[in-house]
Amino acid sequence: MRKLLTGNEAIARGAYEAGVRVACAYPGTPSTEILENIAQYPEIDSQWSTNEKVAVEVAQGACFAGARVITAMKHVGVNVAADPLFTLGYNGVNGGFILVSADDPGMHSSQNEQDNRYYAKFMKYALLEPSDSQEAKDLVAAGLEISEQFDTPVMLRTTTRISHSKSLVELKERQEVPVKPYHKNVAKYFVVPANQRPKRPLIENRLERLAKFADTFPGNRVEGEGTEFAIITNGTGYLYAKEALGERATYLKLTMTWPLPSGLIRDFVAQHGKVYVIEEGEPFLEEQIKALGIPVTGKEIFPRIGELSTAIVREKLLGISLPLLSVDCTEIPGRPPVLCAGCPHRGVFSLVSKVADIVTSDIGCYSLGYMPPLNAGDTCIDMGASIPNALGFSKIMPDKKIVATIGDSTFLHSGITGLIDVVYNRGAVTVVILDNSITGMTGHQQNPATGFDIHGNPAPRICIEDLVRACGVKKLWVIDAYDLAEGEAALREALAAREPAVIIARRPCVLIHRDQVRVQCQIDESTCKACRSCMKIGCPAIELTDGKVRIDAKVCTGCGVCLQICKFNAIRKAGEKNG
Amino acid sequence: MAERINVLIVGVGGQGTLFAGKIIGEVAEKSGLDVKQSEVHGMAQRGGSVVTYVRIGDHVTSPLVEKGEADIIVAFEQLEALRWIEFLKPGGTVIVNEQRISPMPVIIGVAKYPANVFERLEKAGVKTIRVDAVALAAQCNNPKAVNIVLLGLLGRRLPMSRDLWTSAIAERSPAAARETNLEAFAKGWNIE
Repeated sequence: MRKLLTGNEAIARGAYEAGVRVACAYPGTPSTEILENIAQYPEIDSQWSTNEKVAVEVAQGACFAGARVITAMKHVGVNVAADPLFTLGYNGVNGGFILVSADDPGMHSSQNEQDNRYYAKFMKYALLEPSDSQEAKDLVAAGLEISEQFDTPVMLRTTTRISHSKSLVELKERQEVPVKPYHKNVAKYFVVPANQRPKRPLIENRLERLAKFADTFPGNRVEGEGTEFAIITNGTGYLYAKEALGERATYLKLTMTWPLPSGLIRDFVAQHGKVYVIEEGEPFLEEQIKALGIPVTGKEIFPRIGELSTAIVREKLLGISLPLLSVDCTEIPGRPPVLCAGCPHRGVFSLVSKVADIVTSDIGCYSLGYMPPLNAGDTCIDMGASIPNALGFSKIMPDKKIVATIGDSTFLHSGITGLIDVVYNRGAVTVVILDNSITGMTGHQQNPATGFDIHGNPAPRICIEDLVRACGVKKLWVIDAYDLAEGEAALREALAAREPAVIIARRPCVLIHRDQVRVQCQIDESTCKACRSCMKIGCPAIELTDGKVRIDAKVCTGCGVCLQICKFNAIRKAGEKNG
Repeated sequence: MAERINVLIVGVGGQGTLFAGKIIGEVAEKSGLDVKQSEVHGMAQRGGSVVTYVRIGDHVTSPLVEKGEADIIVAFEQLEALRWIEFLKPGGTVIVNEQRISPMPVIIGVAKYPANVFERLEKAGVKTIRVDAVALAAQCNNPKAVNIVLLGLLGRRLPMSRDLWTSAIAERSPAAARETNLEAFAKGWNIE
């Protein structure tokens, strides 16, 4: 049976078919749907973990215990999990171990475009790269077999256009793979130096054997008989090259890209002379090929920045650009993503922006608060950075009012360690935890503070205020994120306290309870002075047209934040009389 | 069918473009054609400009449509039609929903919403089908069916049978919205 699947859905299906028993992840675009889809298979024990490092360590334990496992994360998630991942390169596996790294060239939803293929080389893993959903699915099974055969962890590396593109996939039945017996083996699993030194030569030997295997791996193959161009390519590059050059080229299509199949590459180049390397992102293949002393052409003509495309290949190799329409496209306003109408973060950001001198922010929907008109954010670096960043600022700028903003899921992911650091080091930092009771930006995944597991079943709920108190914070407020008066009083008190202070601003994400009917807000035109104060909160429901401010009834959720901002009492709930 | 058909669905995050893309993919798959589709999730979905690429044919390689390659663009929102029009092949068709959704720079008054989207398209001789899908959905007593109306307009221009479309929509609709969604699809389909 064939089915149209995204790369992420295909990887989930691959894990199911290949007998995977344990799957762990922390959500992150473009990887999130892998675990969401795996969770639909009752045969696989799946879980959202607190962060990527924890996910890897849980998967590691299950792998040592003898099961086939998969863990998935976005490219920057691999940074968080790098510590156990590097060491696993030395340990090797018992049951097969697959790490999915979903990279994001073009930074559609990320803070950088790091090319994680370098991690595979650095960690001494085998590296597999699919070009479509069928390959993504097949490489899970192939990867698990490589993992078990060579006693190595395997990285399955995708990019946004693989993760989020759909193509047809042939489905198969699940193959049950028995759990391998676990034998206590401290030389393998207990990583004191005396146990690790003997492994070094074994790992280098493993890489040599994997390189020979890569030469015969069926996913590494020569395609086509075109004589105009000879192309070495991988992943998305293969699709764009084939689309642009079709039968005019011969392709060496690489699917196992580390260790490099150097024999295949030498033969290909010897036969074809001038060879181009077409790969999205960094010159990973190109550098390794050139290091073998083989001359190829790559980033001299193809960009390493952003996404590759058929148009780029066409232009660089064929000198062809398609004719375009000439429509007047001047003065088209941009459409940046925004906090939704009714988002509980909006009111809090308006207060933080008003009261604080420096706002250190974090990854998630709150990264949208920095934009005009809210302007609530000086820094945003990585998961959990807001709190330690604030501590650092306070050391150099002790007279400034410094506020860190972070979400519930991010706080649990890696904010809590920063908070402990603030308390321990006597920092005068105010932390606002914007608790919308969900992992929002990635599309509503459960987390330890929501009270539900990956399947939506009730789970033990971690109480954020208990955690904050246990960290030693004495100043703690829990407020309704929609109540601006309460919020402002808490913020001012917290900043005046000159000691670690936490405000938990709580309201569920407005998108979770879309059915909940609240009375909408309206503007009384006779009272409105068009002072535009209500527009400073950047609500998509409030708009200025022909000098008049209006609230769009199609968009307003009735959160009432604008109503509290208006100095002239011109905004009221629909149906309420002039006050 | 020898030629590939390239389609762009563009709009504003939250307008139902992803759902429309899902239906198109299913219908193409059921009709036995090769199909590839690409879209971006995550940050852009929060009220940002969004795009779904769809490619249908006997054999499809790349999942992306390049500038100047789209046979049809379906714009769920006026301004987005203009933003993505470079992707249209000369001679291609753009279906534009008249709905206007102001982006944040317009809302806060630092930019103006272009008043003359249709004039600009007309001036460049772009084959434009203009539709008030909001009104048509309202006529079906289902204001949420704007995306289904637009699917109807697209559907009659693609090489898949009407039956496959209606059964996919019926299958994917919640029971309460099934009849009104099918009605909305028919309203779109009937626009030549």
